[in-house]
Amino acid sequence: MKKRRERIDRGIKARSEDIYALSSWREMLYLAGPRLLPAAFFLLLPLFLGIYWQKVMISVAVFALLAMSWEMLAQTGMISLGQALFFGMGAYASGILNSYFGAPPWVAIPAATALGGALCTLILLPVLRLRGIYFSMVTLIIPLMLVRIIEATKIFGGTEGLSGMTPLPSGLPEIYLVTGAFLVVLFGLRRLMETDYGLVLKGIRDNDRSVTNAGINITWFKTQALFISSTIGAFAGAFMTHVYMFVGMPVFALDYSILPIAAAVVGGAGTLAGAALGAVILVPLSEALRGIGGLRIVLYGLFLVVFIVAIPEGLFDYIQRKYHQMERWVEIDQ
Amino acid sequence: MSAPSVLQVEDLYKVFGKAVAVNRLSCEVRRGELLGIIGPNGSGKTTLVNLISGFVKPTSGRILYNGREITHTAPHLIIRMGISRTFQMVRPFYQLPAYKNLIIPLYSPRARQLAGGRYGDRDTVALDLLEEVGFERDAHVAYKPAGTLPQGYLKRLELAKAIALSPDLLILDELFSGLSLAEVASVVPIIEKLRLAGKTIVMIEHRLKELFRIADRIMVLNYGQKIAEGTSAEVMESEAVKKAYLGSEE
Repeated sequence: MKKRRERIDRGIKARSEDIYALSSWREMLYLAGPRLLPAAFFLLLPLFLGIYWQKVMISVAVFALLAMSWEMLAQTGMISLGQALFFGMGAYASGILNSYFGAPPWVAIPAATALGGALCTLILLPVLRLRGIYFSMVTLIIPLMLVRIIEATKIFGGTEGLSGMTPLPSGLPEIYLVTGAFLVVLFGLRRLMETDYGLVLKGIRDNDRSVTNAGINITWFKTQALFISSTIGAFAGAFMTHVYMFVGMPVFALDYSILPIAAAVVGGAGTLAGAALGAVILVPLSEALRGIGGLRIVLYGLFLVVFIVAIPEGLFDYIQRKYHQMERWVEIDQ
Repeated sequence: MSAPSVLQVEDLYKVFGKAVAVNRLSCEVRRGELLGIIGPNGSGKTTLVNLISGFVKPTSGRILYNGREITHTAPHLIIRMGISRTFQMVRPFYQLPAYKNLIIPLYSPRARQLAGGRYGDRDTVALDLLEEVGFERDAHVAYKPAGTLPQGYLKRLELAKAIALSPDLLILDELFSGLSLAEVASVVPIIEKLRLAGKTIVMIEHRLKELFRIADRIMVLNYGQKIAEGTSAEVMESEAVKKAYLGSEE
């Protein structure tokens, strides 16, 4: 007797995003489960981690923030190769506010978040009209250029950077600040992109001419998307300044631009949760490989290639699809 | 035929490189009329639409809408003033359900202003609009991804996108092309209804027979110039038009 595997999509009712009556706890859990999982992961896990892995957790949340900020821009049709610009702007803004003006972290971080976001938006405003690769090129170049400016003019501590920043209360408060921000951004952005406003942003990516033809000023909407995205990146930078108690040229390093993109690709470009999931996988992996030494980058690269080839649509899409499917073995009629 | 003019085009001129697309063209569109624009391929019809809607800027000349100059106004502002157009090549948001395609025009400042700050029920408004252009209510088609719809529905979706902006002047760029006769027959009543509602309509068409039935006035373009203008009967009698369509005898 031959058998084959049959895949059935779960009832559309359980998958709908709309309002309907939930008939059982099981259905509620079916919907809420995947959403509670990241919350539980980021809120409960820190309680059981040692100091070293707590630091890794901070790193995970920071890169997840950058990845989501990248993803949000990408969904609006702007492929950025320079998340380091957002990160670095926030980092320097917070560092300067703290060490030159003596602002405590709880003032410096929010102020640097807003200021960094606004500055990045202003810097990129002239190139907002560029599409595709041209926009990407400019975002890649600007952070690299800023590093050279700091080096040459020796402003803000030059190559030495600024140090001696006020630290955040270490341990759990520090972690919960960034994981809390992560959860707010994850669920907030997901909701935002599902609204009509988000639909307009995604419309700009698909067909900007058609959005213009609907009487919408696409430059203005792109500016807003850019501001939201760069604000998220700037927060990550401002936060890290107070974790490291230092800010210097490395904040504009390529790592902060490339890793978020790698995370989004592994996790699934096109979904915010995918970008976050990618960071949750890649950052600890990079830490775990640290012991290997020289071959670390090679292994890391191999891992990326295998992932991209095996699951090109990204891990999150794959998991989501499987979650909504049932499989069973059925007999084949002879 | 002495209704005030809504749109005035004065001495409009546009060159792409060396090719003259629109050559010193002057014309007007009067309130409440249905003006048909015809002409052989490459005669500058679509360029004229692009110029009026602001997607392309003219080399020289002026365009006035209700007496206000809009020659150098940005396209989204022109649309906000009440001119909407459809595209000959329909490019919907393929993954989105058909009705969600209308959310974007309904989100525009003009539509929101006209809706009087009525927020939150855009989906319902979108479904109503689709029904208006002939999507059968409750017949799943409105909920299907736009990419899976047949051409007839896509053209009607394109029309619905333009109507969603409650335009005063509606410019339809080859709405009938790619449609079967039955589909054209189902679109014509929609256009008639828009006229009854007092809209001014400009139609660019290749389907002359169908256009002549509904147009008040026809303008013929060739090589970017106006070669004839008048009722359909007058235009068809014109020697210049015969030459342009059938070729001259030398």
